[in-house]
Amino acid sequence: MSDIHALSGAYAVDAVDDVERASFERHLASCPTCRAEVASLREASALLADAATTTPPPALRDAVLSDITRVRPLPPVTVGGPVHRRKWFPALVAAVVLALVGIGGAVWQPWRDDTSVQVSVTDQVLQDPAAERYTEELPNGGTATIVRSAEVDRAVLVAEDMPAPPDGKVYQLWLQSPSQDMISAGLMPAGADTALLEGDADDAVGAGVSLEPAGGSDQPTEVVVLFDFEAA
Amino acid sequence: MDDKPRHLEPAVDGEPTSGGRARNGDQAVLGELLRRSARGDEQAFAQLYDATSARVYGLALRVVRDPAQAQEVTQEAYLETWRTASRFDPAKGSAICWLMTIAHRKGVDRVRSAEAASRRDTSYHDANTTIDHDSTADAAETAFEARRVRTALQGLTSVQREAITLAYYGGYTHTEVARMLDLPVGTAKTRIRDGMIRLRDALGVGGDRHE
Repeated sequence: MSDIHALSGAYAVDAVDDVERASFERHLASCPTCRAEVASLREASALLADAATTTPPPALRDAVLSDITRVRPLPPVTVGGPVHRRKWFPALVAAVVLALVGIGGAVWQPWRDDTSVQVSVTDQVLQDPAAERYTEELPNGGTATIVRSAEVDRAVLVAEDMPAPPDGKVYQLWLQSPSQDMISAGLMPAGADTALLEGDADDAVGAGVSLEPAGGSDQPTEVVVLFDFEAA
Repeated sequence: MDDKPRHLEPAVDGEPTSGGRARNGDQAVLGELLRRSARGDEQAFAQLYDATSARVYGLALRVVRDPAQAQEVTQEAYLETWRTASRFDPAKGSAICWLMTIAHRKGVDRVRSAEAASRRDTSYHDANTTIDHDSTADAAETAFEARRVRTALQGLTSVQREAITLAYYGGYTHTEVARMLDLPVGTAKTRIRDGMIRLRDALGVGGDRHE
């Protein structure tokens, strides 16, 4: 048995870090045996909660039932499933990108100092009709989309409803190399919802966004979202 | 601690429940409540909450330990369940598994993202005790399922049991578990997998499920 299969148990009980989770989910997409095993081990893990039941305070029920009145349930997925959720709404993403392109320069945020060149590269990526799009949901319910153009060899992050980073923190962008290393692709400018990733995107197998102390880090600390370029 | 079964397992849709849980029927009911929730049925969601909140809150409390934070995690988990209920697919797993997976992940995310130095420093001993001595389990002491799960856990090797307890109830990664138990990294993830397979087979769940 290869090493990656052996991670099924740890994955099923969330005993993996974010990078391992992303790698294993990439593996799951192509391994029905592991998918079945994870599903069965998750069923078993859910029963472990039976040995730890505690009646919650009554006020919690009111809080939960009040919460849900303010949140709209998501529509059903029509393509893919939890493992293949990269391309849920290609049409919607395309529409968002088109809208951003349509609004033009007002939306683009300068990336470092040579604004004119960078804006134009960002534009080229977003306007490449053959560009690949990978959308992931953010913890707060917003979305982040990586648009990757093979022609330009660059990638652009387009965020929607991404919350501002906490005080003293910044969003840092990452490209994942074929050897699974996370390589810094620069910092997300404050207040921006679009950013050009530094570095060649064509070889990358994934990308990510993390929260880091001001100035950024050498390695991701608190991963916010990961994109898998190799999922089916 | 309140151990009245009406709080732990209230009747759903007027079905009578005894102290124990009729698992298959329970699952069908929970699945239907999830489907109705996906259509915005708040009453169905309230029933889902009543039927599962002791498990969700108990697990959250077990992982994060602090009651105030456990309540927040429970709230987040139910909100996420409400929001994503349309993604539940009964062909891929049971409703309770869907809900507990969300709840566990929320709890784990909470303890890992918190600057939880004090927890990391002080909680190894607590996490490392066997669940038989855990006070939060008292509420379910008489419940058939809880007993069944404890019996199944006792059927594991001590390393498997410790590794799974630290991973699932403690929220630690397999790498951290390896360090805590003085095992090579590869061994911890193997023990977790072996132990979970044994647990699955002892509990008779999900063994023949295929996508």
